[in-house]
Amino acid sequence: MSNEIPLLEIRGVKKDFFGNRVLNDINFTLKKGGILGLVGENGAGKSTLMKILFGMNVIRETGGYEGDILINGEEVNFLTPFDALEAGIGMVHQEFSLIPGFTATENILLNREPLKKNVLSEIFGDRLDKLDTSEMNRQSERAIGKMSVHIDAKMVISSMPVGHKQFTEIARELSKEQLKLLILDEPTAVLTEKEAAALLDSIRSMAAQGIAVIFITHRLHEILGVCDRVVVMRDGAVVRDALAKDADVQKITRWMVGRSVQSSREDVKIGPNKKTIMSIRKLWVDMPGEAVRNVDIDVVEGEILGIGGLAGQGKLGIPNGVMGLYHAGGTVEFDRQPIPLDSPRKCLDCSLAFVSEDRRGVGLLLDETLEWNIAFPAMQIQNKFLKKYFGGLISWRDEKAIREITKRYINELQIKCTSTKQKAKELSGGNQQKVCLAKAFALQPKFLFVSEPTRGIDVGAKSLVLSALRKFNRENGVTIMMISSELEELRMICDRIAIVSGGKIAGILPATESSESFGLLMVSQVI
Amino acid sequence: MKSKKNPFLELIQNNSVPIMFIIICAVCIPISGFSPGYLLNEIITRMGRNTFLILSLLIPIMAGMGLNFGMTLGAMAGQIALILVADWQIWGIPGIILAMIISIPISLLLGLFCGKMLNMAKGREMITSYIISYFINGLYQLVVLYMMGPIIPIIHTSIKLPRGYGIRNTVSLLNMRQHLDNLLAIRIGGAKIPVLTFLVIAMLCLFIILFRKTKLGQDMRAVGQDMDVARNAGIKVERTRIVSIIMSTVFAGLGMIIYLQNMGNIATYSSHSQIGMFCIAALLVGGASVERASIGNVFLGVTLFHLMFIVAPSTGAKITGDSMIGEYFRVFVSYGIITVALVMYEAKKRMAKSKAGKMLEDAQGKGEGN
Repeated sequence: MSNEIPLLEIRGVKKDFFGNRVLNDINFTLKKGGILGLVGENGAGKSTLMKILFGMNVIRETGGYEGDILINGEEVNFLTPFDALEAGIGMVHQEFSLIPGFTATENILLNREPLKKNVLSEIFGDRLDKLDTSEMNRQSERAIGKMSVHIDAKMVISSMPVGHKQFTEIARELSKEQLKLLILDEPTAVLTEKEAAALLDSIRSMAAQGIAVIFITHRLHEILGVCDRVVVMRDGAVVRDALAKDADVQKITRWMVGRSVQSSREDVKIGPNKKTIMSIRKLWVDMPGEAVRNVDIDVVEGEILGIGGLAGQGKLGIPNGVMGLYHAGGTVEFDRQPIPLDSPRKCLDCSLAFVSEDRRGVGLLLDETLEWNIAFPAMQIQNKFLKKYFGGLISWRDEKAIREITKRYINELQIKCTSTKQKAKELSGGNQQKVCLAKAFALQPKFLFVSEPTRGIDVGAKSLVLSALRKFNRENGVTIMMISSELEELRMICDRIAIVSGGKIAGILPATESSESFGLLMVSQVI
Repeated sequence: MKSKKNPFLELIQNNSVPIMFIIICAVCIPISGFSPGYLLNEIITRMGRNTFLILSLLIPIMAGMGLNFGMTLGAMAGQIALILVADWQIWGIPGIILAMIISIPISLLLGLFCGKMLNMAKGREMITSYIISYFINGLYQLVVLYMMGPIIPIIHTSIKLPRGYGIRNTVSLLNMRQHLDNLLAIRIGGAKIPVLTFLVIAMLCLFIILFRKTKLGQDMRAVGQDMDVARNAGIKVERTRIVSIIMSTVFAGLGMIIYLQNMGNIATYSSHSQIGMFCIAALLVGGASVERASIGNVFLGVTLFHLMFIVAPSTGAKITGDSMIGEYFRVFVSYGIITVALVMYEAKKRMAKSKAGKMLEDAQGKGEGN
C-alpha cells in the first residue's frame, strides 16, 4: 500500500497575497478512494488551498503559488478551473452554482448536453444542434444513482429544498466521466440532519467506487464519521495530519484554535451592577449568507462586547440588522427607548454608529477627500461643521472646522496620507479602515458597532485599530459591540464574547475563558 | 409552501394587465358601435401585419436581455431595403423577397454593433438599447437624407426629393401593397384571411419553439438566468448574447417588410420611430414581463392591443365628440403600459425579497411554539 503512487500529492505549497503569507509549506497526500477531512478556523487557509488546487483565476492574478501539486505522480499546474476539470478534479462550492429555472437534469449536464444533428444545424452550424433529451435523462439518472439519495431529475431547481440543490451540484460533478477527486466545501452546511446523513453515505459509496474526496466542514463529528484522515490547518500551515480513528472532537477543536495563549488580562471589567444599555429581543435578520434567527442579547453600558463565530453563521447579520441595512424584525431597545428596525437614519439619530465590514461599499465615499469622508455623516446627521447665516436659513460648510477635525484624527490614528484632501480610494486597506473609524468617532456616538475592523489589513494597522477602539471605549465610555472572525483578537480587547452559531447565540463567556471553550461553542449549533 | 391562497385570485394577480385590457375592450366595443364582422376583419389584418415584428422580441427576453428596444434598428434596415427595391422597380412578391434578402446583411451589422454595446452595459440593456436606437436613427437619416442620391444611386424622381438627393417623406409601395397577404388569401364570411402571411408567421413560431430545444437556445436560457453560472460552465456568455440580439434584429427587419407591404407606403422618417414602442407595449399587454414572454403572449397581446386601437377612437368620439382622443389614448396607453411593466418588474423582485424575510420570521415563530 505504502509504495503506491498517491492520487494527489501536495508538496511544499506556499502562497502570498500582497506580501501576506496565507499558506506556509503545505504537505499532504491522498490516495485513490480515500476520504480526507480538512478542518480549520476561518482564515486558516483552507479556501486558498482549494483555490490553488482548482486553478482559480484569483491565484494566477495575485502572482501564482510556490511548491508542487502532483496528480498520479505527475506535476500539474492548472491555469483555469477548466484545466482542473479536465484532469478529473470536481468541486462543489459553498455557494450554489445552479441555474434556478432549469431542471436538475439540465443543470447536471449544463454545457455538456448530448446533441443530435438536424436540418438547421447542417445550415447554421453546431450550435443549432438539438438537445438529445432522452440521452440527457439517462445520463442524469446515472449520476444521481451514484449517490445514495434520490432527487427528482425533472424538478426545477428554484422549487427544490436546499438539500436537493446541494445533491444536484454533487450529481453534476459525478456525471463527469473523468472525475477522480471531488472537493466538497462545507456541503452539509445547508442540509438537515437526515440529508447530511444521506450525504455522508453518498461520500462513502463514492469512495468505494474509487473517487477520492476532500471534505471540508465545521461539523467535526461528520469528519470523524466518514473520513479516514483529518488534516487540521491553522494560520496557513498544517498543524496536524492524523488518522480519524485517533482523533475526537475535543482534540480536533484544540488543534484548530489552540495557540499559545498570551498572559491573562486583568483589565477585563464586567461590573455586576452596571445597567443594560441595549437589549435585543427575538431579532431575525434576512442577510444573505449571514441569516440571524431569534437572537436575544443584552449589552452592558461601557463594555466591549465581542461577537465571534464561524463565517456564515450570522454574526455579521446582527449589526447590519439592528442598523437597518438588511431587512430585520424583533425588538431592540437602546437606553430604554425602542429603536425602529429597517431605518438607518433613526438609529443614527439615537447616537448609534456603525463601522461596516464592507469598507469600500458602505463605509467610504471612495471618490471624495478624507475631509469629506470624516465629516460627512456628522454634517448630515448632527448638523455639525455648519455655519448658519440669516438665522439658519442658509447653512454653509465650515471648511476650517472640517480640516481641523480631519487633521486631529489623522494624527491620532496615524493615517498615512499626503494631505487632508487626498481621495479615500487612494489609501491602503488599513488606512481606509482608520478613516472609517474616524468617521464613526466624529459622530461621537454613545454606542458603536464595529464589524470585522481588521479584515484584510496588515499587522501594524491591526494593532493600531484595536488600540484606538479600546481607547475610545475606555476614555469616552462608549459601549462597543465588535464583530470579528478572529477569536484571539476578540479575546485581546473585549470584556465579554458572545459566540454565534447557526444564527443564534450559542453562549456568552468572559474574554478570559480558554480558547477551547469558545471553540466548542462555535461548532455547537452549526447549520 | 402551504399557502392557502385562492388559485383564482392568484390567476387574476398574475395576469392583471391582460385582464384590464379585456375589460377596457369589453366596455368600448358596444359603445363604438362597430359590427363584429368589421372588427374581426380588422383584427386579422393587423395580426398579419404586426405579429412577426413582435415575435422578434422573444429571443432577447430568453437570453435575459429584457425588452429589445433596439428592434428599431432592424426596422430601419428593412426600410432601407424597401426603398432600394422600390427604386429598382422590382414589385410584387419578388420585390418583397429581394427586400428581405437585402435587409439581412444590414440587420446583421446593426445587430452586431448593438449586441457589442449591450455587453458593455450588462444589467442596463433596455435603456441602452433605447438610446442606441436614437443614435442609429441619426445615422439612418444621414444615409436616407444625404447619401441616397450622390453616393447610393437613386433613379426615380417619385422617390427622390425635388432638390435632387435624399428620399421623400413618403415612399409609395402601391405595387407591392398586400401582395404577400393576397397570395393564397381566402375569404370566410366578410373576413379576408392572409394565409401566406400567417404561414410565414407560423414558420417563425415553429422556429422559435424548436430553437428553445437547441444547444444555442439552451445556452441562451442559461445565460438569461445566471450569467456567472453559465460562464463557469464554459458557455461563451458574451457571444451568446450578441447572437440573440443579431437574431432579434434580423427578424425585426423581416417583420418590418411584412408590416410595410401591408400598409402600402413607407413614412421614410417616422415609420420606424414608434414601431418598437408599440410592439413592446403589445407584448406586455399580452401578459409578458421583462423576463418572461411566450408565443401565446404575442398573439393575445396583438389582439387586445389592436382591438383597443380600433375601438378607442370611435368610443372617444362618441363620448366626447372629439376623435383625436383615440389617437391620444393610443400613445398614452402604450407608454403607460411600458412604465407599469417596468415598475412591476422591480416591485416583484422586492416582494420576493420581503417574502424571504417573512419566511425567516415564521420559522422563528414556529421554533418558539415547540
